[in-house]
Amino acid sequence: MEAVAQARRPGGRWRYVLEERRFLAPLLISPAVLYIVLLVGAPLGLAVYLSLTDATAGSLSGHFVGLHNYFDQWHSENFRHALRNTIFFTLVSQALVLVGAAILAHRLIRPFRGRWLLRFLVVLPWAAPVALGTIGWLWIFEATLSVANWTIVHLQTGVLGHLGLHLVNPIDPPQWLGRPNLAMAAVIAVHSWRILPFATVIFIAGLASIPAEVDDAAKVDGATGLKKLFYVTLPLQLPIALVALLFGIVFTATDITVVYILTNGGPFNQTQTLPMWAFQTGIRGSSLGDGAAISLYLLPILVIVSVGMLYFARRAEVT
Amino acid sequence: MRPGRRGSLVSWLVVGPFAIVLAFPFYWMLMTALKTNGDLYDVKHDPFVFNAAQAAPTEHQPLKGQHWLPLGIEHVTTSNFGFLFHGPDIHYVRWIENTALVGGIVVLITLALALPAGYALARLSGRWGQSAGVGIFLVYLVPPTLLFLPLSRVVAELCLQDRLLSLIVVYPSFTVPFSTWLLMGFFKTIPSELEDAALVDGASRLKALLRVVFPISLPGILTVVIFSFSLCVNEFIYAVTFISTSNARTISTGVPLELIRGDVYFWQSLMAATLIPSIPLALLYNTFLDRFIAGFTGGAFR
Repeated sequence: MEAVAQARRPGGRWRYVLEERRFLAPLLISPAVLYIVLLVGAPLGLAVYLSLTDATAGSLSGHFVGLHNYFDQWHSENFRHALRNTIFFTLVSQALVLVGAAILAHRLIRPFRGRWLLRFLVVLPWAAPVALGTIGWLWIFEATLSVANWTIVHLQTGVLGHLGLHLVNPIDPPQWLGRPNLAMAAVIAVHSWRILPFATVIFIAGLASIPAEVDDAAKVDGATGLKKLFYVTLPLQLPIALVALLFGIVFTATDITVVYILTNGGPFNQTQTLPMWAFQTGIRGSSLGDGAAISLYLLPILVIVSVGMLYFARRAEVT
Repeated sequence: MRPGRRGSLVSWLVVGPFAIVLAFPFYWMLMTALKTNGDLYDVKHDPFVFNAAQAAPTEHQPLKGQHWLPLGIEHVTTSNFGFLFHGPDIHYVRWIENTALVGGIVVLITLALALPAGYALARLSGRWGQSAGVGIFLVYLVPPTLLFLPLSRVVAELCLQDRLLSLIVVYPSFTVPFSTWLLMGFFKTIPSELEDAALVDGASRLKALLRVVFPISLPGILTVVIFSFSLCVNEFIYAVTFISTSNARTISTGVPLELIRGDVYFWQSLMAATLIPSIPLALLYNTFLDRFIAGFTGGAFR
């Protein structure tokens, strides 16, 4: 009897285990989870530990100093500036991105002649490596050969001049990356430029997932034009708009590439952000403890965003 | 729904200006990369065309004398591209090789981990699988800028500094959560009757997976390959902190950190260096964009 069972099921018990969902599912998932725990969970724990010590670049261990690093940074002028900038850059660029993405997605979702080309051009900033795209902007904002300035100056002698608009001094054009306010504007511009394509793609995904029946039902009920926009399309699109926003917030607030390449936090630390300041302190200044504390100030943003994400993912699932 | 001529015009009028602004830096990279020194650094020159200028003997001008070309294209030089490949102490080719190597191996690791996990989350687990899926995805939101300091210490302790191995080990930490999520979405869109049929025919679950599910999901898997690879090419902060020797750099850090030296900018070569990897990546990206959208909504909003 047993021999027959064995013959029928080569591999025996082991194979039986593999067929069982209860065992197979964890078996397939655990390698990925293990990797993530080791390379995200453990470093996160290590970051918290480091932030509570006075560790420097040479060693992993330092003396326990409690929350000293956090308080120390909170009272530092550069940190305050970095925190303010991180929030400011994120909010302004995301506001611009949301408006732009809504407009773009509504046109790009329906087919028209040449859509592929336009979409290719629109998605370029997101598809190309960020670091390389930012170098392109570094050149556009260059001190003496800036094409942005050349264009403004030449428009000024032409069209704008006739309208009485004199925006810049042609002899001494604006130093985009050399003046604090202009440098901040430049950083916001590059962030918006980089995130807009991504938000547009997410918006298109959201619009595409609205079932056609909804459209038909709206038509039957006599909802057209603005009425349809406000009562049908926008409410259905709200969850995905918020998902795009939450992504955008995380990508912008935690980014270091744009500021690192464009301004390096300058001029005079005026465009410093939390990640950049953490790098400056932890790697260039070798104070690991302080650096870890600075980067952990990003955690509240991430927690809020994650909670929002969970909430809206669930909401979107129901609809 | 047939697109009317008026609809097309409105779309062009609305999307066109955005497209111009968004793509301008890349157009400008191309213009700059093709200019001679004499042309580029003369502030009196119109930057939107190529101007006649005294070319250095090293600057090769392949179209010289072709007066019929518009925008002064006859004055372009290709030497700025050549500089990247033959210039003294320029490891540009090496950076591309490094990036391809790191990206390639990371993609393999990612597939090995994310394929089974994505499938299991989509098919084998019930309610807790949904939560686990969202949980894995949230890990993707934990940014490298939060982890690079502790990881830099770990890398130093393990003597992995200046070695590509450090990047190969660390990069799956963001590609795996992202890919698992996408694959979960793709697998959900495949009707489960297909595997059920295979199971009834006596195939084991793993066999059904390898013979039936994976082949059908090939477009989805390719999408994950492209997007994971592109995440690796994009990565900046780990590559900056873990690696400091020039010939171990990747493209994203090599160009800004090695080609910009102090206050001396070789703008034309710099622009050529940014353009070369950007265009093929963007083309690949666009080809798989529709699949990406399908996978993203399949996982998140269904």
